[in-house]
Amino acid sequence: MLTNADFLALEGTAGNFTATINLRPRYIDADACTACGLCTQYCPKHHVDPYNEGLAITRPIHIDYAQAVPATYYIDPSSCLFLQHETCQICVPVCQSHAINFKQQPEERKLNIGAVILSPGFGKIDPKTLAKFSYGKHPDVVTSFEYERMTTASGPFMGEVKCFSDGRHPKRMAFIQCVGSRDIGCNNGYCSSVCCMYAIKEALVTKEHDPEVDITIYYMDIRTQGKDFDAARERAEAIGVKFVRAKVADVTPWENHLQLTYATLDGQHKFEPFDLVVLSVGLESPKDAQKIADITKIDLNKYDFCATDSFNPLQTSQQGIVVAGAFQGPKDIPESVTQSSAAASLAAASLKAVRGKGVEMKIYPEEQVVAADDEVRIGVFVCHCGINISSVVDCAAVANYAGDMKNVTFYTENLYSCSQDAQEVIKKKIKEHKLNRVVIAACSPRTHEPLFQETLRDAGLNRNLFEMVNIRDQCSWVHAGEPELATIKSKDLVRMAVAKARLIQPLPEQTVPVTAKALVIGAGVAGMTAALNLAEQGFDSVLIEKGDGIGGNLQNLHYTLAGDAVQSHLKTLVDKVKQSKKVDVLCNAELVQTAGFIGNFASVIASGKGKARVEQTVDHGVIIVATGGREHRPDKYLLGKSKKVVTQQELEKQLAGKAKTRAPGSIVMIQCAGSRGDDLNYCSKVCCNHALKNILKVKEINPDSQIVVLYRDMRTYGFAEDAYLEARKMGVVFIPYEVDLKPEVTEKGAKVQVRFFDSIMQEEVTMSPDLVALSVGIVPDDTDTLSKLLKLPVTANKFFLEAHVKLRPVELSVSGVYVCGLAHGPKPVDETIVQAQAAAAKAAIPLVKGYVKVDPIVSSVEQDKCIGCGLCVSLCPYGAIVMQKVDGKRKAETISASCKACGICAAHCPTFAISMGGFTNEQINSQIEAFGATGDR
Amino acid sequence: MGKAMNHREGSVMILGGGIAGIQAALDLTELGFYVYLVEKSPAVGGVMAQLDKTFPTNDCSL
Repeated sequence: MLTNADFLALEGTAGNFTATINLRPRYIDADACTACGLCTQYCPKHHVDPYNEGLAITRPIHIDYAQAVPATYYIDPSSCLFLQHETCQICVPVCQSHAINFKQQPEERKLNIGAVILSPGFGKIDPKTLAKFSYGKHPDVVTSFEYERMTTASGPFMGEVKCFSDGRHPKRMAFIQCVGSRDIGCNNGYCSSVCCMYAIKEALVTKEHDPEVDITIYYMDIRTQGKDFDAARERAEAIGVKFVRAKVADVTPWENHLQLTYATLDGQHKFEPFDLVVLSVGLESPKDAQKIADITKIDLNKYDFCATDSFNPLQTSQQGIVVAGAFQGPKDIPESVTQSSAAASLAAASLKAVRGKGVEMKIYPEEQVVAADDEVRIGVFVCHCGINISSVVDCAAVANYAGDMKNVTFYTENLYSCSQDAQEVIKKKIKEHKLNRVVIAACSPRTHEPLFQETLRDAGLNRNLFEMVNIRDQCSWVHAGEPELATIKSKDLVRMAVAKARLIQPLPEQTVPVTAKALVIGAGVAGMTAALNLAEQGFDSVLIEKGDGIGGNLQNLHYTLAGDAVQSHLKTLVDKVKQSKKVDVLCNAELVQTAGFIGNFASVIASGKGKARVEQTVDHGVIIVATGGREHRPDKYLLGKSKKVVTQQELEKQLAGKAKTRAPGSIVMIQCAGSRGDDLNYCSKVCCNHALKNILKVKEINPDSQIVVLYRDMRTYGFAEDAYLEARKMGVVFIPYEVDLKPEVTEKGAKVQVRFFDSIMQEEVTMSPDLVALSVGIVPDDTDTLSKLLKLPVTANKFFLEAHVKLRPVELSVSGVYVCGLAHGPKPVDETIVQAQAAAAKAAIPLVKGYVKVDPIVSSVEQDKCIGCGLCVSLCPYGAIVMQKVDGKRKAETISASCKACGICAAHCPTFAISMGGFTNEQINSQIEAFGATGDR
Repeated sequence: MGKAMNHREGSVMILGGGIAGIQAALDLTELGFYVYLVEKSPAVGGVMAQLDKTFPTNDCSL
């Protein structure tokens, strides 16, 4: 990790680059700094805190936030008195560990590398663009980034939303969308894709803080095209957030309020007073985009983002250099995460030959032997989580309470237990007090247990000698209004954890070997891309397709919005798959049965037609689900009943043909014909772009064609916004309709008629176009069968549900199973390709390692007690228990690698023969007993 | 000029230590490569570290 580093130069070619990096001095010795913070307390100079978006004052010597990595303070030379004026140096003697070193010099380093991933993020909109909204002139106009810091519990206002002007709590708030995006005035014609969603999130968070606040969001189109994002908008509307489709002209100070002037669709100008106005600012290309392009010689697009194409979405114009995240185009967290995994797989494929040569394995100290009869020495650490916990719970009282308990040899409080310096303290205390059990009362084990377990391992303790108490979610958050009771509850939880900790025992770490082969289900663009990427990384896969041939939905597409010739790209992809020695393609194939677990699956696959149909068993280590989706065909708007009503896909096919009349003289397009609560309860993400690409094609063939688009929100997110603008410039008419006032299509003789309410003219209109094109949406192909076979969860809309929507977007809850493409959710081809590459990256991880680790908390069967009833086998949702014959008797046995440690088997076993590692009956009983033993708290 | 030269076979440079760079770094190390994560500010984390809560789970961004 090289921080405070500038990228100066790049020489060489793919596989053998030399990068020059300049490391700017921190003026603090990273190895010596303990992040105690004393220096900041003594530093006399004020420094505007950029981490808090300038809303707070810090000192030139500081750390951005307590959990910062590396956890080393630094001195900002721009305001340090010594570095500017050679005076002061108060910090030097203050620092107990003598970490401050003003003699540090910049250091130039050359890195010899095989590949480069560019992930410099995004830049922020120039404040000049925000001036018309009185930003910078009136303190109660803030950007969404500033507002984010305002609502943060650990931010400068501790989560209290106040007007800067006089400290009052705002009663009326406005969010203005598309500030610095979709704005050719500041040369940002594109849509930033994320602002609608974050504005809704911030509105929801605000309502949580104060349900009485009146919030209005002013928008042009609400672009919540992400998976299940529309649900958030509906939730916001349900709790009273108002959405007004209007263009905001300006914001001006008015008495001690702000006056917002806006124009609605029907041409009316209106005014509205507000206390606080939040500008939903867009994402710009990073400030140093041009510099990066100059150094790396990559091409940028017209908005200075990295130029890529739909079929190689992460490949820059230079071999060996790939891009990920917002630099490729504005995007949200899950898509950035997906792109990063994909970029990793591309870099890994290009450097396959030298894989493993540069890595060092982390070596842990030898594990201290903790025998069952050793004296139990428990350490209790109570976390303040800044003020997240300590503002409600009396942490000192909780720690002292723990200190009085039997076997507790040490107790303390931490400001942030997860910070790097706190980890060092925990390690030190384990050694100093010979602790052999550790209890941490902090936040959720879901996010932080692995971190603390790692700390235990670093200190030479088995990681299972650890118990975590969640006094944030379960105490300070839910009982924020009752601090005393929250403190009592924290004490209760700690007492229970200590009771359990007395009984916990070290559990051995287990590993199982991996079959280095993948099963890829579905041979559309997602499945083919994933299989090819795995092949490039050196792994075999079996690619099964239920249809006669490979290619999937791409076979129905002919061009993209960016103008790519889809069929020639598809042919290249299909040829590559067919020629690859590492991809075994089976058509007319389906998965009949799968047994086993990550690393060791055995699947029965039936393939071929009629008499030629055969079943075979394939051993493989991972599964990639790419079963795809298809066009939804709604029984609406005369689709299938009138020849003049077609879907966008059918129109595309017609336009790609040769017929002279292929581009009709007049077309009405109806968006969301099926999606967004019509038949399908979600946005299908691609339809707006699909409509636009057809519009531009029609106009290319027949410039006189009259096109009217009836829509709810045009969701041409990202750079597709350019096409939307282009279409409007060509005279295409876009008219929004309300969900309760849908257009009607009727047949009148040989003609079709479309009747709709024109919200711009405020009147009902009837048209008789040559053609009606419906944007019908996407449905997943059968996910039920696979969901049952592999025990994979699906969403209410029947798409596969990823393990974590933000941070694990291509993994499924079953280990070793990954998802990509339309089976995960509707998405365009470029996003599908990226997701497939990301799934290949994740799938390759166990294949590269050659083994998988098994969490030691899995179930185990005490076979003496087992009566072989088989109840556990029938109940296990993961197929992780099998019956074995032992000495002629039926006995249950756990397949450790499949077990998810849910505990259903242990709870149901009639003879208590099954116990869970780390959750034995004895341990749980001790917790329950401790719960009742309230004593003097 | 005493320039330090880092030479490791099988290494990748990632420019930018936000959520994208960090995730790519984690995946690449798991895939068996050495990573230089180059970040211009004093800490990794990028903009996500500035966010309050993330949708839809209200998880802390840090």
